[in-house]
Amino acid sequence: MAAKRRWEKDRLVWIYQQMVRIREFEEAVKRTFIEHPQVIRGHAHLGDGAEATIVGSLFTRKPSDMVMPSYRCHGYPIVLGTPLKQMMAEIYGRKDGLCRGFGGSMHLADPERHFPGTSGIIGQSIAHATGAAVSAQIKHTDQIVYCFFGDGASKQGAFYESLNMAAIWKLPIIYILENNQYQAYTHFSLEDANAMAGEPLSKKAAAFSMPGRTVDGTDPVAVAEAVGKAARRARAGKGPSLIESKFYRLSAHGNVITVPPLPTQFPEHEAIAVYGNRAEFEEWRAKDPIGQFRARLIEQGTMAEGDAESILQSARDEVAEAVRFALDSPLPAPEEALNYVYA
Amino acid sequence: MREMMYGDAIAAAIIEEMQRDESVIFYGQNMAMTDRDPMLKRFGRSRVRIAPISETAETGIAIGAALTGLRPIVELWMSEFMLVAFDQIINEAPRFRYMSGGRVKVPVVFKAGYGFAAGWAGQHSNCLYHSMMGVPGLKVVVPSTPADAKGLLAASIRDDNPVVYLHSYMLTLERGEVPDGEFLIPLGAADVKRTGNDVTIVAIGWMVKKALAAAEQLKEEGISAEVIDPRTLAPLDVNTIVSSVSKTGRLVLVDQAPRHSSAAAVIAAEVSEHGFEYLRAPVRMVTALDTPVPYSTPLENYVLPNEGKIVQAVRSILANQAVAA
Repeated sequence: MAAKRRWEKDRLVWIYQQMVRIREFEEAVKRTFIEHPQVIRGHAHLGDGAEATIVGSLFTRKPSDMVMPSYRCHGYPIVLGTPLKQMMAEIYGRKDGLCRGFGGSMHLADPERHFPGTSGIIGQSIAHATGAAVSAQIKHTDQIVYCFFGDGASKQGAFYESLNMAAIWKLPIIYILENNQYQAYTHFSLEDANAMAGEPLSKKAAAFSMPGRTVDGTDPVAVAEAVGKAARRARAGKGPSLIESKFYRLSAHGNVITVPPLPTQFPEHEAIAVYGNRAEFEEWRAKDPIGQFRARLIEQGTMAEGDAESILQSARDEVAEAVRFALDSPLPAPEEALNYVYA
Repeated sequence: MREMMYGDAIAAAIIEEMQRDESVIFYGQNMAMTDRDPMLKRFGRSRVRIAPISETAETGIAIGAALTGLRPIVELWMSEFMLVAFDQIINEAPRFRYMSGGRVKVPVVFKAGYGFAAGWAGQHSNCLYHSMMGVPGLKVVVPSTPADAKGLLAASIRDDNPVVYLHSYMLTLERGEVPDGEFLIPLGAADVKRTGNDVTIVAIGWMVKKALAAAEQLKEEGISAEVIDPRTLAPLDVNTIVSSVSKTGRLVLVDQAPRHSSAAAVIAAEVSEHGFEYLRAPVRMVTALDTPVPYSTPLENYVLPNEGKIVQAVRSILANQAVAA
């Protein structure tokens, strides 16, 4: 009994630690736009606010299961064990980057860790993830697929087509709809029929006769419980599930879109910048999944305050090392661009 | 005349055409989100709408609305997002008039930015006009200056055919003189952006700016370059280009697209058929290399055309040097 309690305690602290690692990484990406202007190019999208959903979901994963998110993709490989320095070097466009500087922030891939890659075109990766589930089914690998996408993506044809096919083929996949409440700059209540009718987005599952459930995406344990159930269903060959994990994106959709060399740092969150609704933003910031989970673990006696501090410190050290590594890494040689066009 | 930014000139054309014609509607993702939106204030929620991320429906709905009397402008933001709805754009919109034996028309504008060469990597930096310019029934517009952006968009909105209007993201903040009020540039008329005698440079979109800069640099070397902007790739004004080549005898084509999916390749073919007798040297194409667009700066620079590569191509064509493919 004591051994089991100890195990659970370690697992809960592990969840907290991964959440903190993601947050610290994303904060460093965001800071880079100020501290090292123009080092990050194009468009970067952060997962701050999504940590409980990401870690809670992946907590239920077995080591060979596959993970396929959208272009908002930094958080997942962090949990899978991808070295942060390689990730940061990729985001900085360096030779030592995870994808040798070819893909950048939106296109991380780490196939050895069952992270086959991401798409920058909203919703399309839902089909790719569904294909990974076909692969697992045909090869009898016992793998399942964790497919993450945003609320905006659930309005794409690829979403409807893929979920129907996954249902008719009983594919081993979990569709995790991260409802972070903003489709880029548009509040989800302005563009989703279920939301407009005051219903949860998980209602869409009924159209495909698969289980659909909405869960508090700021609580990693609640997420793990719901995703765990869907994982058991997928592993048992009973087919897909749709889980709406509802939380709040804490940063703007992405850095400012403009023409270089104008500054491109992150603007204020859309709630404030577009809708003038600071109250909404503050309300959700008070429900920051990391602060909430930290307080809960300390209150329950699962984690000592000192342990929380050392987790934070070691995450900061790890991220600082990643930033140093990425800044020191050389840019790729120009002619490298001719590689990898074909296999 | 008023100095305006390219992006603002585009907005001005939309506003003026919506004021002029009530059948013009305008919708897309991430626009008209609050009642403070100026377009919404001016034209109301009936004509200015917000769309979810649903390109197939956004473009298909525009076709249905156009078939039944409206003139939709669909804001698609990035040309790659059109690919999600390519059936609608390639195999639906341009087919209806022909298949109906001329009985119906599809006056719709699919508007998007293209070629964001600023580290947007493989899926957001492309030039896709080549795959659309050869589709009979579809018009393709690529403006390079604020004035052209306004005049060509107004003409696109009034055109009774489906028009793909592609504005360069890289030119968004470029300033230039723009005529006030009604200003229309006919689709299918190239523009000579700079006159010269030694070489014709035909450039598209953002590349017009690079070609003009290259021409300025070449002038210092005593080389007089004529720079032509086709402005619309469909219809393509071959005559203006051939006529320039008849004067200069040399042609350099500058296109941000990869070599084999460039408009440059089509123009080269037209000139080889219609202007062969004028050519004193082989045609040179300065295009992107045949790779996707990479993320990192040195990789992106290596792949894309630039001023230096244009200057080099002109020098080599004047020296009549052969080049390896």
